[in-house]
Amino acid sequence: MHKYASPKFFYSLAGQLIPWTAAVTAVLLLAGLYLGLFVAPADYQQGESYRIMFIHVPAAWMSMFIYVLMAGAGAVALVWNIKLAEIFASSCAPIGASFTFLALATGSLWGKPMWGAWWVWDARLTSELILFFLYIGYMALQASIDDPRRAARAAAILALVGVVNIPVIHFSVEWWNTLHQPASVSKVGTPSIHPSMIAPLLLMAFAFTFYFVAVALLRMRNEILERERHTGWVADMLESKP
Amino acid sequence: MARLFWRDLTVAMRRSTDILTPLVFFVIVVSLFPLGLGPEPAVLRTIAPGVIWVAALLATMLSLNRLFANDHADGTLEQMALAPYPLALLALTKIAAHWTLTGLPLVLISPLLAVQMHLPESAIGTLVLSLLLGTPILSLLGAVGAALTLGLRGGGVLVSLLVLPLYTPILIFGAGSVAGVIAGIDTGAHFSLLGAFLALALTFAPWAAAAALRVSLD
Repeated sequence: MHKYASPKFFYSLAGQLIPWTAAVTAVLLLAGLYLGLFVAPADYQQGESYRIMFIHVPAAWMSMFIYVLMAGAGAVALVWNIKLAEIFASSCAPIGASFTFLALATGSLWGKPMWGAWWVWDARLTSELILFFLYIGYMALQASIDDPRRAARAAAILALVGVVNIPVIHFSVEWWNTLHQPASVSKVGTPSIHPSMIAPLLLMAFAFTFYFVAVALLRMRNEILERERHTGWVADMLESKP
Repeated sequence: MARLFWRDLTVAMRRSTDILTPLVFFVIVVSLFPLGLGPEPAVLRTIAPGVIWVAALLATMLSLNRLFANDHADGTLEQMALAPYPLALLALTKIAAHWTLTGLPLVLISPLLAVQMHLPESAIGTLVLSLLLGTPILSLLGAVGAALTLGLRGGGVLVSLLVLPLYTPILIFGAGSVAGVIAGIDTGAHFSLLGAFLALALTFAPWAAAAALRVSLD
């Protein structure tokens, strides 16, 4: 087990995984976009403009999912002192922040024709914006501490404190009855959304997940190289390459 | 622990500007709004809960660096960390002292500001109560941020970036309860949630602050 957690082994494993995850991302993304933009029927209420949902909803899911992963990895790093978990957590933050930004931007584009305003102080929008600030704070804290191990531990504590906000975001549409439409996919048993719409939505969600995995692996490889640049195996590897 | 609590209070008393600065800041920020928006009582009444609460948030944040920074600078904090007490208990004591010095004065002066902002009398009690429940949470969460940024360059700006997003639920329910009373809505749910946040913060924040202190003292 320890073999898999060693940065050296993980570096080469990630190198082999990246092309596969990238390929799966491309296939899923193409299929999801095709089904979503061309095959799925127009919404009876919102017409064609609802199609931005196929980007917006998975991006919002990912923004919360990645934060939870990041906090979880931070906890693992704090408790068991595993270097790879630290590297994973710090690699997650910029990706999560970009998904949060994407969710906010597409939401604002969707909101303009639907609600007549680019921005509404609605519970879910506001809490998603706060999630964005949490990511920014996490990255700022990490950037201001020079020692990477200390930075990782401090950031992990912050992520764990901030994780309280995730349920608040998730349930915000149910707790506050505001403008944002309630969740329609996760209703157990009877989803209130047509199969021809949910298929591309799920495809896009998987595409985003694989994209996340591919980019996280790439970022982790970079960070491993930077952290281990004084070790023998990095020197050997760089030497063997022309 | 009681001795540490009194020590923190005494040290702060010796430098009484430390206590007065956040308080004066709180009063000034709230007083700026009538000047900026015009003295229309109806307008002031609608914005008063939010304004007073936001000012309380900012005033608490302003005083956060005092929580650990002085003791860190002269090495006292390291000695305390070596003492045979759990670090979380020590953090809790210092947080309690911080709240007594900043949170409590804010609560005590808030009725005056409420009158200044033309809040109806029925809402003043709610405002005081919501601040009484809310400001300890601000001190508890702020302590985690203060401990994380201890000894960093630009720590003062960073702490606001870390702590303000975490403060938002408190702001929403705190200001919401006062606004609710003005609008004649039952505010029991707001107070239950504030109480729940307080219980949660009281349970976990001292531990998180202690863990953050350990990272900073390494």
